[in-house]
Amino acid sequence: MEIGLGHYLAVAACLFTLGIFGIFLNRKNVIIILMSVELMLLAVNINLVAFSSYLGNLTGQVFALFVLTVAAAEAAIGLAIVVVYFRNRGTIAVEDINLMKG
Amino acid sequence: MSALAVYAPMLPELILAIGAMALLMFGVFRPETQDEASRIMWLAIAVLLAAGFAVLQGASTVRLFDGAFIVDPFGRFMKIVVLIGAAGALVLSFDEMAERKALKFEYPVLVLLAATGMMMMVSANDLISLYLGLELQSLALYVVAAFRRDSTRSSEAGLKYFVLGALSSGMLLYGASLLYGFAGSTSFEAIAAAARAQGAGRDLLLIFGLVFLLVGVAFKISAVPFHMWTPDVYEGAPTPVTAFFASAPKVAAMALFIRVVVSVFSGIQPQWQQIVVFLAIASMLLGAFAAIRQTNIKRLMAYSSIANMGYALVGLAAGTVEGVQGVLIYMAIYVVMTLGAFAVILAMRRDGAAIEDISELAGLSKTNLPMAFAMAMFMFSMAGIPPLAGFFAKLYVFMAAIKAELYTLAVIGVLASVVGSYYYLRIVKLMFFDDARAPFEPTLPKERAVQWVAMVLVIAFVLPIISSPLVEAAAAAARTLF
Repeated sequence: MEIGLGHYLAVAACLFTLGIFGIFLNRKNVIIILMSVELMLLAVNINLVAFSSYLGNLTGQVFALFVLTVAAAEAAIGLAIVVVYFRNRGTIAVEDINLMKG
Repeated sequence: MSALAVYAPMLPELILAIGAMALLMFGVFRPETQDEASRIMWLAIAVLLAAGFAVLQGASTVRLFDGAFIVDPFGRFMKIVVLIGAAGALVLSFDEMAERKALKFEYPVLVLLAATGMMMMVSANDLISLYLGLELQSLALYVVAAFRRDSTRSSEAGLKYFVLGALSSGMLLYGASLLYGFAGSTSFEAIAAAARAQGAGRDLLLIFGLVFLLVGVAFKISAVPFHMWTPDVYEGAPTPVTAFFASAPKVAAMALFIRVVVSVFSGIQPQWQQIVVFLAIASMLLGAFAAIRQTNIKRLMAYSSIANMGYALVGLAAGTVEGVQGVLIYMAIYVVMTLGAFAVILAMRRDGAAIEDISELAGLSKTNLPMAFAMAMFMFSMAGIPPLAGFFAKLYVFMAAIKAELYTLAVIGVLASVVGSYYYLRIVKLMFFDDARAPFEPTLPKERAVQWVAMVLVIAFVLPIISSPLVEAAAAAARTLF
């Protein structure tokens, strides 16, 4: 079977959905949320690279490199905020993040 | 030299970026005292003003970096509003932070970086520059939300903002990747051309790309149903930071929203119009009804800003020049009213502690009449009572909706604003007709200055000398998009 654009897009869509559900259904740990965010961004990268190769156009790969860089910065800031939060509360369980009702 | 002259149109962004980095170095190598921090705060305000001055120097439409960055009258209008919002928020932060001896040089640097990101969002003409601008803004804002490191509520606000902000960036990015696949290019012009082709409105890549992109942007302007983060973040973040969140980032995200739907998706207007109408109705209704039972004034302002974004989207839903002009006027007036209201909220202080309970405003007219009067003007203006500025803001967006024959939308908007006026007027009633509580500490000079300037603008907007330059600039800006 020939593996074409549709297969790549399907994999990316699955990973992206997993990432979203990881954020909403996870009740345990904030670190898992950070991992889910990364999963979403990587799914986007698969999309971009697949389109880039399918269209024979390099812009998508350039975009993917930018996304990787920004994702690293985002993870750094996310972890820093988690550390600050842990110092104040002594926990990073998702169900404990409830000082303000929202 | 001529090679550098090409970049002259992006001078404002260069000033902000280089200014932020220079101030960071300045802050790192100087002793860590309150005096040094306050000097950097002033310098940051000066950098923002310099950038604003540079924005005003431009005249025509210029594209840079292979069309990824566009400088046009629309962008200039929104950039000026963004810079006013950021500078106003910095001035407001000054007193509060100095009072607590908590001035830190990182704060103005982060605000400058966020402002740089916002300017890039406003000027983005390519999916890549859109994403980079948005992330530069968001990453700085996550840190600012958690800025009071020893406060549990502040760090919780930062965490919530980060998680939901990252989720929304992911959605936006997924939409961007689909649009790239659809058009084979990340340039807005190329996507717009592809979307205008016959039958493009039925292309799944385009429709899903549009929906995901708009979901991401709707998160940033906190339109319902993507508003969940707003009340918590507004309540938890330090009050000066909340004032910043409520002003400049909203304007930048709204500018992005307008540019994307009007110039990129002009070929599939019926499709995006449905989404914008839904967002507008949901935001107006939720903003009006959910604010009624709030007791914390910062949460109330959060719901108020959700409702205000709904009203602004009414103008955008029209999809016409008048509609966009209405949104631009609305955002400019919204920033002034918000900064003024937050200047009052920041001045609610007793024994060195900030007060956030609405009931503590009771009888303010007996203890501090000027502040009560200013707050009453902002509340009347937000409720949309003529002849204050907020009335004209609503008038422009609703007129545009009527002209575009969106009658249901306009009627729902007017009804929602009637419901909304209940909670604004309740504050006025508390201040003027209820028994006085213990007086607040005297208002600090910079807070009072912002209160007065905003109040004068809100009241004097009815005079053509104040309103006509704004209305004309907004009309000229709106025309460049069509």
